[in-house]
Amino acid sequence: MQILGTSAIAALGLVISFWYGEHNGLLPAQASTEAPMIDDLFNAMMVAVTAIFLLVQGAIVYSVIRYRKRKDDNADGPHIEGNVLLEMVWTVIPAVIVLWLAIYSYDVYELTGKKEVMAHVQGHDSMVAMASHTHSASSNSSDVMLAQIETLSEDDPLVVEVAGMQYAWIFTYPDSGVVTGELHVPVDRKVRLDLSANDVLHAFWLPQFRIKQDTIPGRRTELSFTPTTPGTYPVICAELCGPYHGVMKTQLIVHEPDDYTAWYDTAKVELAGVDPDALATRLSRAAHARAATGGVDIDATTVARVQAQISDLHHHSTHAG
Amino acid sequence: MQIAADANVEALEGGAHGEHQDLRFFGLVIFLLSEGMIFVGLFAAYIIYRLLSPAWPPEGTEELEVLLPGINTVILVSSSFVIHQADLAIKRDDIKGVRLWFGLTALMGAIFLAGQVYEYMNLEFGLTTNRFASSFFLMTGFHGLHVTVGVLLILGVLFVARKPESFSSDRHFGIEAASIYWHFVDVIWIVLFLLLYIW
Amino acid sequence: MAQAQLDSPGSFSVNLPDPHGGSTPWQEFFSFSTDHKVIGIQYLVTTFVFYLVGGALATLIRAELATPEVDVVSYETYNTLFTVHATVMIFLWIVPALTGGFGNYLVPLLIGARDMAFPRLNAIAFWLIPPAGIMLLSSFFVGAPGSGWTSYPPLSLINGKPGEALWILSILTLGTSSILAAVNFLVTILRMRLPGMKLNDMPLFCWSMLATSLMVLISTPVLAAALIMLAFDLLAGTSFFNPANGGDPVMYQHMFWFYSHPAVYIMILPAFGMISEILPVHARKPIFGYKAIAYSSMAISVLGLVVWAHHMFTSGTPDWLRLFFMVATMIIAVPTGIKIFSWLATLWGGKIRINSALLFAVGFLSVFVIGGLSGVMLASVPVDIHVHDTYFVVAHLHYVLFGGSVFAIYAGFYHWFPKMTGRMLNEPLGILHFVATYVGFNITFLPMHKLGLLGMPRRVAEYDPQFSLINLICTIGAILLAVSTFPFIINAIWSWIGGEEAGDNPWDGLTLEWTTSSPPIHENWESDPVLTVGPYDYGLARSDAAQPAAESVA
Ligand code: HEA
Ligand code: HEA
Ligand code: CUA
Ligand SMILES: [Cu+2]
Repeated sequence: MQILGTSAIAALGLVISFWYGEHNGLLPAQASTEAPMIDDLFNAMMVAVTAIFLLVQGAIVYSVIRYRKRKDDNADGPHIEGNVLLEMVWTVIPAVIVLWLAIYSYDVYELTGKKEVMAHVQGHDSMVAMASHTHSASSNSSDVMLAQIETLSEDDPLVVEVAGMQYAWIFTYPDSGVVTGELHVPVDRKVRLDLSANDVLHAFWLPQFRIKQDTIPGRRTELSFTPTTPGTYPVICAELCGPYHGVMKTQLIVHEPDDYTAWYDTAKVELAGVDPDALATRLSRAAHARAATGGVDIDATTVARVQAQISDLHHHSTHAG
Repeated sequence: MQIAADANVEALEGGAHGEHQDLRFFGLVIFLLSEGMIFVGLFAAYIIYRLLSPAWPPEGTEELEVLLPGINTVILVSSSFVIHQADLAIKRDDIKGVRLWFGLTALMGAIFLAGQVYEYMNLEFGLTTNRFASSFFLMTGFHGLHVTVGVLLILGVLFVARKPESFSSDRHFGIEAASIYWHFVDVIWIVLFLLLYIW
Repeated sequence: MAQAQLDSPGSFSVNLPDPHGGSTPWQEFFSFSTDHKVIGIQYLVTTFVFYLVGGALATLIRAELATPEVDVVSYETYNTLFTVHATVMIFLWIVPALTGGFGNYLVPLLIGARDMAFPRLNAIAFWLIPPAGIMLLSSFFVGAPGSGWTSYPPLSLINGKPGEALWILSILTLGTSSILAAVNFLVTILRMRLPGMKLNDMPLFCWSMLATSLMVLISTPVLAAALIMLAFDLLAGTSFFNPANGGDPVMYQHMFWFYSHPAVYIMILPAFGMISEILPVHARKPIFGYKAIAYSSMAISVLGLVVWAHHMFTSGTPDWLRLFFMVATMIIAVPTGIKIFSWLATLWGGKIRINSALLFAVGFLSVFVIGGLSGVMLASVPVDIHVHDTYFVVAHLHYVLFGGSVFAIYAGFYHWFPKMTGRMLNEPLGILHFVATYVGFNITFLPMHKLGLLGMPRRVAEYDPQFSLINLICTIGAILLAVSTFPFIINAIWSWIGGEEAGDNPWDGLTLEWTTSSPPIHENWESDPVLTVGPYDYGLARSDAAQPAAESVA
């Protein structure tokens, strides 16, 4: 009878754990190919963690109620100093769980992050090849560009350079020199961001894409993802970068391919060799901060400085290939 | 109750609580090991800086001169043997020997420091020239600070040792402390020398 | 000392323990006393005052975050609030309260020593704390540091020199204090145990202090090295970490976390040790699996030295390093799990006396586990990349630091207050304190997990309005949590003055501190204590004579 009861409770606990692991509702929408894999990992961990949580809390509550001292009973409990078998069990089982977690995490990491780096190397080369190709062909027509993009395999990412500065993100499309304060990308095409920082550390975070990378002054870092759902998503600075760290936000707009082409065409006209003032107005959140506090001032000189740095970096990266 | 009796006998003989001499030495050794970790931190940073830099020392900074620091190294390393003589002397209750060897060690330490200052004054780079220069000054400077403290410690012991009954073969923690500290400073220097000048 | 007792061999028979045997004149608490018990209490009271300061800053943080807009303080001030809040909580509250406070008070008593190995050094270590604390807090007058308790360059190099310099100086001073204390603990535990008490006979708190001291001695100096380099960058214009002149800001992060990860175990191992003392006494059962608990402390301290880069998964750390640190970090769940399960097994089948000390101890078990489990989730690189620098991390760190360390400290207060003062704390007030703290704590910090996962970064004064509701809940919890402190403060002051007399051994504990008067006399025992029972020998038939009482040569 007691065994039955115990197993029933254990089964109930497991059911709850599995249910909660899948229905925890703790994560935001998924908008990249990476997000579902990471969420599956997260949810699997939630199952394990919920089960352990229930086990421990259950044992505490049960003990404190069941084994509480009764009135007038001043004796001690039984003299039990340990039990080797039991101790083995609770060493080995967590070890196995942890091993499984490590392997699973490694797997997901391979799929979402590490492989990317390999792909980058290839992607990077062909990107440079493409860049030099466009240069030599000296063709600027968007039709030719688009044709080229389409002939390149899926692996060839859209490369955008991202510069973090107090307190804005500046995006440069190296192929055309388009400079914006918001990131526009087409759906279903791999994007590679080349990240840099102009002043202090920042971190580029896309919550709906489950990715984040610090930007480090004097160093280049990168980030890859493939957007899966058109829409507008927040870009957040996640590394403390000064008093206005919290307002260093912008948007990522994922377009349908056609819309993207349309946007890009206009951008090339309007935003290539962009006018610093136009950029400054685009830094909407930063401007917001300026309005709110009178503190941050992203003036024309700052923007000019940033643009100089961006073109420097651009130069650098084309050579580095 | 047998244990109790034993315990009290031991207490009477100074077994349980009387051996503070021994504890102080043990404590000092632990402290120095911990102190050594500051240097380990600095060394590790230096090694990584160097491994990650394309050129070391960075272009425009000359290689360090090895001759003078080499002589300095010989002096400092020998001084460890000198101070060890003081250790041996006090075990023979030879307080005069202690004075002699400690005096000699202090002198060698002072020469080392003078050499260090001379080197500083003849370098072409300054504290903020580049990462190499900064590391060089921080590491040698921090070590030099330890040498200075060591010399002061030795002078302190010498001051106490001017009285003949100050130390004896069974009561000489001050001497032991100063010499273990001196060995510590010496070992750090050897690593530092290898890292900065030889590698 | 041994002499004093031998001079009057008959004294034990006439000298019944006087209930106020060890009461210390109040002036001594403000003096350079070298009595480990006085120093322990000095630490506890001083650090508790700092806790209130840190808590007041936290209350301001929560007030600011009650609404999405920036309304209570300015953006700049907000950053100084969480920076000083965390620095105070970690370096002026948890570390010194656990090691300096409980460590000093308990270690000599638990191993049957008259005092610490180096009493004067001990006093010096304590007296470094108040000036360091005042230094840190005085930075509010010159522009407090605002780069977080992690103080990453280059931000920390441009955020205002005087405040940052004071921060560095203050931490260096506190680090020195911590190293001096650790030397003392190591020597005391290894060399001053009662004759006949082998390492494996030591109460478990001593094992945890051994492990803690080792970590302090190995890792704190590296923090000192990092801070010295940071200070040179800040004040002399060198470029160790400053990328403007070719320095490497990531190097600082490695050096900082080489200390600060072990530091989190420095803040939890003594707490583990206290729980291992408290549970058996109130459950009336031996600690389950003594050796496993003892050795797992050592395992944690060794493993804890090689996991630091799990704070740097997004810092451009190479893949192989990320994976190495991920696996190493996850492994720590195993020795920690051993402890948790052993404590549960200790409770299981006991005769649990439910009182404030026990409630805080099981409360610790209950909430620390949540923090540990979220820690394991953070260790997983793909997940951490999403939640790094978000409120998920803030939730984790408060679950382990408040739910772990602070709950254990409270448990320790309730358990050893009678020994320290000779008075019992008031039980109903204690239970009120526990309930309000437990509830307030969970309301404050549980929702933060969700905030972080959904997309709220940490260290922001202003946030997206979609998070308003959850933040409001957190703030309400924080108010309850702040209020929950008052029953404790009232209880402690009131009971210290006029509480019920405790007697030598109010809990029927078996460890040596209960064999002397409450508070213990100077030098702890009239005559050397004798080991007649093991520290956890509950449930063995004991003759009354074997009940722990000051025994002497019979
Ligand atoms: C007391 C302090 C304390 C303690 C004990 C811990 C314990 C742990 N911590 Fe935590 N941690 C902090 C304090 C602490 N931490 C702080 C302050 C920060 C933030 C710093 C900052 O950025 O400001 C932080 C941040 C932090 C990070 C970085 C997050 C980020 O910034 O992105 C990580 C990542 O790996 C981590 C992991 C862990 C792990 C794996 C443990 C493990 O030791 C936990 C082990 C315990 C358990 C797992 C529970 C009990 C075990 C069982 C019941 C067995 C069964 C369990 C399993 C099989 C899983 N912690
Ligand atoms: C042991 C450590 C510890 C403890 C106990 C606490 C306790 C609390 N912490 Fe803290 N916290 C940290 C360590 C700790 N914290 C760390 C390391 C960080 C990271 C900082 C960083 O990012 O750099 C942090 C950051 C942090 C944040 C995130 C800030 C941000 O990222 O923007 C928040 C937000 O809610 C917070 C809240 C709280 C609250 C509400 C409490 C409450 O538990 C406090 C309860 C309040 C009291 C107990 C005080 C009661 C008394 C009074 C109110 C009256 C005062 C009266 C007088 C003085 C006379 N903490
Ligand atoms: Cu940029 Cu925070
Ligand atoms: Cu850590």
